[in-house]
Amino acid sequence: MKPKALVLHATGTNRDHDAAEAVELAGGLPEIVHLNQLRRGERHWHDYQMLLLPGGFSYADALGAGRLLALDLIIYFADAVLSFINSGKPVIGICNGFQALVKAGILPDPQSLQSPRTLTLTHNTSGNFECRWVSLLPSSETCIWTKGLHEIIFCPTAHGEGRLRVHSPAVVEDLIEHDQVALVYARPDGSPAGDLYPENPNGSVAGIAGICNRLGNVLGLMPHPENHIHPWQFPYRSLPPYGSGLKIFKNGIAYASQL
Amino acid sequence: MPVFHFIVSFPSADDTRSREYLSNAHLLGLRTIEAIECSDLYFVAGNLTDAQLAQMASQLFADPVNQQVSWQRAGGSSSEEKIQGSFRLEVAYHPGVTDPVADQIVRAARELQIPVLHAATGQRFVISGQNLNKDDVHTLARRILANPVIQRYAIGSIEPVFSHPAGASSVVQKIPVQTMNDEELLACSTQRRAALDLMEMQAIRAYFLSEERACTDAEFEMIAQTWSEHCVHKTFKALLDVSLSAPHAYPAQVDNILNTYIRRATEEIAAPWVISAFTDNAGVIAFDDDFEVSFKVETHNHPSAIEPFGGANTGVGGVIRDILGVSAKPIAATDILCFGPQDMPMDDLPEGVLHPRRIYSGVVAGVQDYGNKIGIPTVNGAVWFDPGYTANPLVYCGCIGISPRGLHRRSPLPGDRVIVLGGRTGRDGLRGATFSSMTMDAQTGEVAGASVQIGDPITEKGLIEVIVRARDLGLYNAITDCGAGGLSSAVGEMASKTGADVDLVNVPLKYPGLAPWEIWLSESQERMVIAAPPASLAALRGLCSLFEVEMTDIGRFTENGRLVVRYDRRVIVDLDNSFLHHGIPQRRLSATFPPPPLMPLEAHALPGLPDILLTLLAHPNISSKEDVIRLYDHEVQGGVSVKPLTGVGSGPSDACALKPAGTAGNTGIVLSNGFNPEYGKYNPYRMALCAVDEAVRNAVVVGADPDRLAILDNFCWGDPLQPEHMGLLLEAARGCYDAAIANRTPFISGKDSFNNAYLSRDGKRQSIPPSLLISAIGIIPDICQAVTLDLKQPENLVFLLGDFQPSFGGSHFIHRFGLPQGAKTGVPLPSVNAPALYRAYHRALSKNGLVKAGHDLSEGGLAVAAAEMCIGGGLGLSLDIPPGDDILGHLFGETAGCMLVEVAKDRTEEWFEITAGLPVCRIGKVTVKPELAISQSGKQISSLTLQELEAAWRTPIH
Repeated sequence: MKPKALVLHATGTNRDHDAAEAVELAGGLPEIVHLNQLRRGERHWHDYQMLLLPGGFSYADALGAGRLLALDLIIYFADAVLSFINSGKPVIGICNGFQALVKAGILPDPQSLQSPRTLTLTHNTSGNFECRWVSLLPSSETCIWTKGLHEIIFCPTAHGEGRLRVHSPAVVEDLIEHDQVALVYARPDGSPAGDLYPENPNGSVAGIAGICNRLGNVLGLMPHPENHIHPWQFPYRSLPPYGSGLKIFKNGIAYASQL
Repeated sequence: MPVFHFIVSFPSADDTRSREYLSNAHLLGLRTIEAIECSDLYFVAGNLTDAQLAQMASQLFADPVNQQVSWQRAGGSSSEEKIQGSFRLEVAYHPGVTDPVADQIVRAARELQIPVLHAATGQRFVISGQNLNKDDVHTLARRILANPVIQRYAIGSIEPVFSHPAGASSVVQKIPVQTMNDEELLACSTQRRAALDLMEMQAIRAYFLSEERACTDAEFEMIAQTWSEHCVHKTFKALLDVSLSAPHAYPAQVDNILNTYIRRATEEIAAPWVISAFTDNAGVIAFDDDFEVSFKVETHNHPSAIEPFGGANTGVGGVIRDILGVSAKPIAATDILCFGPQDMPMDDLPEGVLHPRRIYSGVVAGVQDYGNKIGIPTVNGAVWFDPGYTANPLVYCGCIGISPRGLHRRSPLPGDRVIVLGGRTGRDGLRGATFSSMTMDAQTGEVAGASVQIGDPITEKGLIEVIVRARDLGLYNAITDCGAGGLSSAVGEMASKTGADVDLVNVPLKYPGLAPWEIWLSESQERMVIAAPPASLAALRGLCSLFEVEMTDIGRFTENGRLVVRYDRRVIVDLDNSFLHHGIPQRRLSATFPPPPLMPLEAHALPGLPDILLTLLAHPNISSKEDVIRLYDHEVQGGVSVKPLTGVGSGPSDACALKPAGTAGNTGIVLSNGFNPEYGKYNPYRMALCAVDEAVRNAVVVGADPDRLAILDNFCWGDPLQPEHMGLLLEAARGCYDAAIANRTPFISGKDSFNNAYLSRDGKRQSIPPSLLISAIGIIPDICQAVTLDLKQPENLVFLLGDFQPSFGGSHFIHRFGLPQGAKTGVPLPSVNAPALYRAYHRALSKNGLVKAGHDLSEGGLAVAAAEMCIGGGLGLSLDIPPGDDILGHLFGETAGCMLVEVAKDRTEEWFEITAGLPVCRIGKVTVKPELAISQSGKQISSLTLQELEAAWRTPIH
């Protein structure tokens, strides 16, 4: 049976259809569910095997990207979300979804929800929103979404607040030690981009594009693999298409299917 | 009620915003400013405990990882304005200006169960410099930090003014038009800024004489709105006396330019795939058997001149609602922007006009904010600079939509409820319809402040969610958006064939004190009106509550042909539909044809060919717009295949190709534009021909089927009461007709904006150059076969396709260097062969892989087009031009109807078969060596490395 995926729609979410299409192509059964439907009990978290927090501008990015959606997650759904995560079901937050997961304290680890946050996503070093394609290097075997992926993933970014910023250098070391760095920005040849702009489009520390929790079932990332799932989306017509983002979703669906 | 101020700032390492302010201050010549530190201010009112304040600080306002926060109660001690060589300056919005963040603060505080009653936002700046004085700070505030149209500032602390949702004032004034003499009528029009002329005022007087009563303020304002240029296009529908000196045989009178030239083309072409043209909120064509595509382009020029961010922001929001108004889902946006020169000295700036740099950055930010947040990709556009746009910038905003065929309903039934969806109503944008029909002067900003709106894209996003679902469920019989003229325009238009009876007392307001006429005319953004049968209200309410969209029932559609508006049951408008919609007397205007201006003097000491090319590549109308394009999300919705920047070198795409989500197969949409006001200065007829040709050619190059292309016209012009402007308009309209017929491209929608002129204190009137934008929308049979401009593979041959007739009239070459000796001075004229040529090219595209790249020749001519192909592909090109003296013409002259085409190297025979009998010549070869080498008859005359080309082309705009 196809796993059911909850694609969470909050006011201002705008890549929900894009994410749903990726799930469908990857073999899952997506349903776009408005946050209010969950609050009113018209939909139930436990009916789904997978959770997607798509991109967009939830609540217009007021008071900082993802912050007010994070507040919803903590205030209305803390128990539901935590039990979803703790049961090992795959969760992915893309762009605004990643920002919400970080600002809710769910990433880098939901176990430390009550302790002070150690990292955030803040304004790009350029000071601007930027839309451009980037190369991503999957780099975690703990993360169920990137496990077994070794080739470049090529997909667009489109954000103004995507710079991963840590409280202290030890935070990065800790992420690396626990294999939580799931994706890093890369140069076209596949080597890590580090601070190099625009390969690292936002100035993220250590060129990190995505991180997972320690268990590996929750992935947050700024780029949009859901916007590279068809060959005609690939921007360079002089090259054969490479780097489909679909692999990430297939990993998630495969994992959800065997739960 | 205690009011608290929260101050939130980034450490300087993360504070990109302050750095940007400082660099802008320096660019505007404010050198005494050495540092600017910017913080966000949040004002909240409520009886709040210390614990609640601390909770808000940490959970709402500041990010604990990289932000600092402090707070204090208003009226506290630390209000000194100058501390150790630095000034503190605070900025807040005027009451009533849309502030979506403030609304979110109130909502989120409620979520935290903290009793915040009101909230507002602002900014604090600490400005320092050793030699800084207070005057500099005021200058900085006025030029960069605050716009008096929407904001106030204070040196020291500022106190917020909160707006309270509440009831209206109910005051209705009577205007005794029925007893006024002509002089009084005109005074009344001027005083109420109605922009109505004497004949129109007399028609109003006659109507109220027959009704034997005075006119109410609401009636007068509604008539002024319905009869405004913006809503009824009276200039295009005028009876025009044509001067005998016309350069072309016109009849002595032209009755209605719109019907004579624009609509007639559509009717004569009679394309079966045009579903709706000129009758609805947007033009509609068939996409395939199941779906239809809609397209609309609007302008928002006057609002963008006085408040660039808000003006452009709501321009985007407005055209998206036009697409919702044909029940379609918006899937792509396009923006063509025109500004004054970015390096204009402050001293040259006309009085009361914002600096072109500020207009530019504000407009671009406004487009970015709305498009990105609402989740519609901005996929196509142009940016143009000319001194003529200094006081009158142009902001063209377009939107495309897709919907299943046959679901859009357009006729309200008597008994249907009049339902308002979306945002609350305030005083914003009052009289925008009439304001947009007036000439700007030094006071425009002050007087027209109320005409400015700030958008709220997230509210409009909610409207999209609700309307698309309501359409699928068949919950309404008619729909239209609240644009210029607000409810008056929307309900007035919808009820024009039936009648309506509405009561404004239930319209939700942003703040108290609005008079009923203000509620009726308000242009508050993000509102739609639908006609819903009573039986569908429950389902509608369910949708609206899910997506948190406000829904208000204000009355019903009737069948008595009258438009009745009440305020708390008291009648404030009672007008006969036939008078309201057909009572406007036809304007009578005249057209004369002054000789065109002289072209710049002859060029003498010209630099060498390579330097000419580099200068043209760096021209702001030609250089890379990447800095703007990357600010726009052009990937959301996942449908964009040919993106605005193309190839490994991010070359400038000719057009966008996209595939709408949810449609079957590989059929896609192509979107392009043609625009060249430089031609309009010398020959508006040819400008129109060239604009249509360029839009068509751009679309065809990328892969659109030339037999499935429709076009839109957008005229931005000067004062129609000046006969020479009407002469220019008539010439351009004639060009539109001729070009549409020649290409078989029907017009499906259009729009005009007049009075783009500035009246200086000494009485001089400066108009913009005649500016005609042609936008094209077409169908590409297979999105995978789309062609981009970047060179693909060394050894492939490059052909010049088209009647190559380079000339210098209106060219960018003369703009920079003057006329070359003995040069052809005409404005380019598209060849009669062009339509056949485009069809041949399109057939070539169906031969899988035959055509590798294609690019149109436009501003800067052949050499610029070749350079752009090299940059896009990261490859070189060796070009060989034929013998002859006219080297400058060949390389930099401009021509219509031509394109450069890269053809697969082993398939030239196929290419020649398809293009047999058409003007085509082999002109070059793609090379591995990254340089553009140009030779004549084998002898090299110019050579530039890819690096040199790129460096010039990537010259920053400011």
